[in-house]
Amino acid sequence: MENQKKVELQKIATKIRLGALEEIFSASSGHPGGSLSIADILSYLYFDKMNIDPQDPKNADRDRLVLSKGHTAPALYATLAHRGFFSTELLKTFRHKDSILQGHPDMKHIPGVDMSSGSLGQGISAACGIALSGKLDKKSYRVYTILGDGELEEGQVWEAAMFAAHYKLNNLCAFIDFNGLQIDGDITKVMNPTPIDEKFKAFGWNVTVIDGHDLDAIEKAVAESEKSDKPFAVICKCIKGKGVSFMENDAGWHGNAPNAEQYETAKSELEAYLASLN
Amino acid sequence: MKLQKKYEIGQKIATREAYGDALAEFGADESIVVMDADLSKSTKTANFKKVYPERFINCGIAEGNMISVAAGLATTGKTVFASSFAMFAAGRAFEQVRNSVGYPHLNVKIGATHAGITVGEDGATHQCNEDISIMRTIPGMVVINPGDAVEARAAVYAAIHYDGPVYLRFGRLAVPVVNDEETFEFEIGKGMKLREGKDVTIVSTGICTAEAIKAAEELEKEGISAAIVNIHTIKPIDKEILAQAAKETGCIVTAEEYNVIGGLGSAVCEALAETCPVPVLRVGVNDCFGKSGKAAELIDEFGLSARFIVAKAKEAIALKK
Repeated sequence: MENQKKVELQKIATKIRLGALEEIFSASSGHPGGSLSIADILSYLYFDKMNIDPQDPKNADRDRLVLSKGHTAPALYATLAHRGFFSTELLKTFRHKDSILQGHPDMKHIPGVDMSSGSLGQGISAACGIALSGKLDKKSYRVYTILGDGELEEGQVWEAAMFAAHYKLNNLCAFIDFNGLQIDGDITKVMNPTPIDEKFKAFGWNVTVIDGHDLDAIEKAVAESEKSDKPFAVICKCIKGKGVSFMENDAGWHGNAPNAEQYETAKSELEAYLASLN
Repeated sequence: MKLQKKYEIGQKIATREAYGDALAEFGADESIVVMDADLSKSTKTANFKKVYPERFINCGIAEGNMISVAAGLATTGKTVFASSFAMFAAGRAFEQVRNSVGYPHLNVKIGATHAGITVGEDGATHQCNEDISIMRTIPGMVVINPGDAVEARAAVYAAIHYDGPVYLRFGRLAVPVVNDEETFEFEIGKGMKLREGKDVTIVSTGICTAEAIKAAEELEKEGISAAIVNIHTIKPIDKEILAQAAKETGCIVTAEEYNVIGGLGSAVCEALAETCPVPVLRVGVNDCFGKSGKAAELIDEFGLSARFIVAKAKEAIALKK
């Protein structure tokens, strides 16, 4: 990836993080840890890769993304807002009564949301359905989905993994946010889903393992997925809470909103990083 | 909505068979996709597969995944029928139906077969008497319980032309056709007066409509005039026809192959409590699990046959003020 493009995508990822925190702080509720961890993936997909048009969000030929880990909606909403699907002004209404920005993605009311999600395990299945439809209709769109590593404990994920391989859905690319933490703590202590790469391989997928904050690696993995003869899993080693020092690698920030002081600290850290990119 | 005649009155055919045949008959539209979870020969979606194999998707024994995949397909404009036994389509996959299909109000039709105790020999694990209750609590879900092949065929046609989630409940047992297709018209949400009467109205659904007809004939011999209202759509329920029946006969007996909790009986009580409260007595499975046996034996064992409707009708009349 050219350096200029990389810096641009890094800036956008930082704005996504800032937006997600603004939402969660405004709502006094939400999930910062996993929102911050997927910002780089969303930045690359929505600002470089995906064939989408904010003016025509329902276009039948568009690429799709299903946020299977729907609780990290703040990151998706910040991404869609910065991409022009709706005003960034809306972000501060997240989780407020009468806001379109529901606690979890709502495809009926939020422009750019391709599937409602939030109940873990169901998003990857829906992504399979969208990918299957593309195959049936010989459309060339691609389907992305993002799952949490804790989400892999849901049996439905593996039903979907089996289905995707069985129907050769090589237009499907799943990102796994492998940050190692879930609400109750270390994923290997709560209910160990590892080895994740070998599991997907055994289910008939092609798999790559990358640093989920390395835009070059994300780009390379997606390019690889486009040549794959099977559904493709990108296991992303991520840092939960990435970009905010006191939130990083702390399961306590899975589903808790920062107070005013914490929010200011987080914001200034991210703003300083953003300034350093200029 | 009226279809060309296909079935003869009295002809014995399972509603699941009519379901599969209707999918094949009306499934020409390229946007229709039919899914199953390894039970296509039993649910009869195999009848569709035979004609349109390219639009039949077997999901294997994974009902939760099937429903969410169906939802994903529907987001792209497909009309999807997803089938399994009622126990698994509504029971096991309830939360997928609720969150993947119901919440985004997607165009997925759940074709649930082998509902109720007439599953017979398989016994309680497969005799679903809970599906109507849980499906009708999902906002925006239409719930249809066809009683014969005529209703089943029409329900499939109507579901194809309705945009939104529909739960269709079919049975395993071959049952007689009771509706005359020459005059039969089907509309989602509309009950049908099958017989006039002045002393009591039997409100029936599914295969109990055939029992209701027998019961009304029995009552007539004893000088009791029983009306029959057949309800194929349990949600949205036809409040007008129920209120009218309550006004005309002053008491109601409901009859269904289902638990007395949560199904037609409950829906009728809910509706009449708000419009025209009269005594309502419910014939149904009395809040217990089923068991193995021949379907015909079980209908009587669990108190669903005509003689139980007759007895309840007399009780209901006695309760009138």
